[in-house]
Amino acid sequence: MKKLKMSFASLGAKIKKAFLKIWEPIASFYTHKVSVVFEKIGYALTHNFIIRKKGLRLTILGFIKIKITRKNREAFFGLMFILLWIFGFLVFTLYPMFYSLYLSFHEAYYSLQDGVITTYIGFQNYLNIFRSQVLLPLFGTYLGKMIIAVPLVVVFSIMIAVLINNPIKLKGLWRTIFFLPVVISTGPVIAELTNQDATSLPSLQDSSVLIYISENLGPWIANPLETLLTSMLLILWYAGIPILIFLAGLQKIDSSIYEAASIDGASPWDRFWKITLPSIQPLVAVVVIYIVVSMSLFVEAGGILDMARTHMLVGAPDSNFWHGYGYSAAIAWVYFFLMVIIMGIFVGILSIRRKEK
Amino acid sequence: MKNFDSKHFKIKVRKFLFGMNFVDGFIYKIVIYTLLVSFSYIYLYPVLFMLVNSFMSVDDLINPGVKWIPSVLQFGNYAKAIQVLKLPGSIVSTTAYVLKVSVAVTISSAIIGYGFAKFNFPLKKTMFALMLATFILPSQVTMVANMLVFRNLGIMSTQNSMLLPAIFGQGINAAIYILIFYQFFKTIPGVLMESAEVDGASHVKIFLRIAIPLAIPSFIIVFLFSFVWYWNETFITALYVGGQVTLPLKLQAFRSSYATLFPPGSPGGELNEAIMMAGNMLTILPLLVLYFFAQRYFVESIDRTGITGE
Repeated sequence: MKKLKMSFASLGAKIKKAFLKIWEPIASFYTHKVSVVFEKIGYALTHNFIIRKKGLRLTILGFIKIKITRKNREAFFGLMFILLWIFGFLVFTLYPMFYSLYLSFHEAYYSLQDGVITTYIGFQNYLNIFRSQVLLPLFGTYLGKMIIAVPLVVVFSIMIAVLINNPIKLKGLWRTIFFLPVVISTGPVIAELTNQDATSLPSLQDSSVLIYISENLGPWIANPLETLLTSMLLILWYAGIPILIFLAGLQKIDSSIYEAASIDGASPWDRFWKITLPSIQPLVAVVVIYIVVSMSLFVEAGGILDMARTHMLVGAPDSNFWHGYGYSAAIAWVYFFLMVIIMGIFVGILSIRRKEK
Repeated sequence: MKNFDSKHFKIKVRKFLFGMNFVDGFIYKIVIYTLLVSFSYIYLYPVLFMLVNSFMSVDDLINPGVKWIPSVLQFGNYAKAIQVLKLPGSIVSTTAYVLKVSVAVTISSAIIGYGFAKFNFPLKKTMFALMLATFILPSQVTMVANMLVFRNLGIMSTQNSMLLPAIFGQGINAAIYILIFYQFFKTIPGVLMESAEVDGASHVKIFLRIAIPLAIPSFIIVFLFSFVWYWNETFITALYVGGQVTLPLKLQAFRSSYATLFPPGSPGGELNEAIMMAGNMLTILPLLVLYFFAQRYFVESIDRTGITGE
């Protein structure tokens, strides 16, 4: 084990060395070749009729005058650095967002000849979602699953984090095990595991809990509960990153607080509720947001997101079942709206409890 | 004498079991290890299930008496799965594609993170909040319009449709990567930059010569995460790039490719779960190897996002 660790360390050092070796020529090439050219271009750019630089004054188009101060220069370079992001945000996020909102109020189909054909239909798409016999139950199940599963994952990850934070042996091994699902969970693998019933608790299939639930409870609660129990392991798999978040939070707690408490006669149980939990409470909101997002973005076959895609790809004006781009956009927006509401509810509950204290 | 001994023994046993304040006692340790082992069993169950079932023969699959140890190790399952997934070649092509995108994402988020961390400009806070908010925006909301954007740009169904958003800081989970770099660059003292500036270095040169060499651990972490997440992404990749670019997408089409390769009725034409599981194992194997070598960086990642506050 020690040898392995050594080899990892040497590997890391090697990667660093190789990175620097590649990086050095690039950086020196830039400073000697590229930046010289840029300087010349820059000179041409700052001495023309659009922008004229004279001393510390910049004149744009002859009438906008900007003083070159340190602050202004810093702002300029800062904007240059995030220009990539601004451009990408406008083109690949903000514009598509509003365009899909616009499409959700239209009946829209794509044809290769004419591009997108839209006809305004108001809230019809949204009404159709609420009338749909397929989608509405899916949304209900989604809500139920979220409301039960998110607290479950939070509690579970706090539990594991507290366990690992104890003075135990092989800390790295435990962290590695509990982080493993983040690395290997990909859609098709999970789908296959679900197919073969490998995602429920191993002993659950043998007991009659599932039958009992479906026979004795109403379908509105039994359905989410059943999906929850049959995909228990998958849900717990979402705890990979939350465990690390809580662990990082736990390691920040000053150990002298625990010592003082134990001198005053606090039991481990008391210490957990009075010290540990309050000090990691601010992290719970972050974790909740992370869990809601990562759970919602997982695409199940036949789930809401999958339906949205099928509506978009298969939809045609003469189709009775698939309603094209507008309907798909409406589904996605309702889904996003629900996601934000769920996050809002959880974060709201957490902040209420904090205020009472 | 004997009496004293038993008393002493009692105290010793009690101290051994419960410790000085229970937390360092033997019972507490046993409870903790039991809990950890059982939880990790729950966690590893699907992986173990995959591993074991991938070696099973058809008889073992049906036999309810065989659960954990197959009676014969069937390496033929893997041979078939390799054939179906076209393995050596598809690993290379997947790696090439994922490498391209994740390197692009890493470099662009380093630049953007540096811009947010080291400069002051108007609307910085708003933009930073928007940047973080993109994390919760499902790509399904924008996919409808993004398809049209990509079609207009002429990059639909090519790998550029994943590469271009990655370059512009809008890749999968890019907000997290930018946050990691932002947190790291904020910890570099500004004095370092200022002294370089006094010596006549431009901002670009400072970034290349000072900031990047210091940020190599962050680069490794972001690169590893983006590699894993782009590898595992199937919905958006299938939609924008199409076809079977990555190994998981090939796995998704496993059944149909198997049917074309081994038509039903021919010898070995029956697809059983063992072969499926072998395919799954082969799909996650490259990432498992990567994780095995680089798990330190994965596990350290959260400390570097600075979520916990300093």
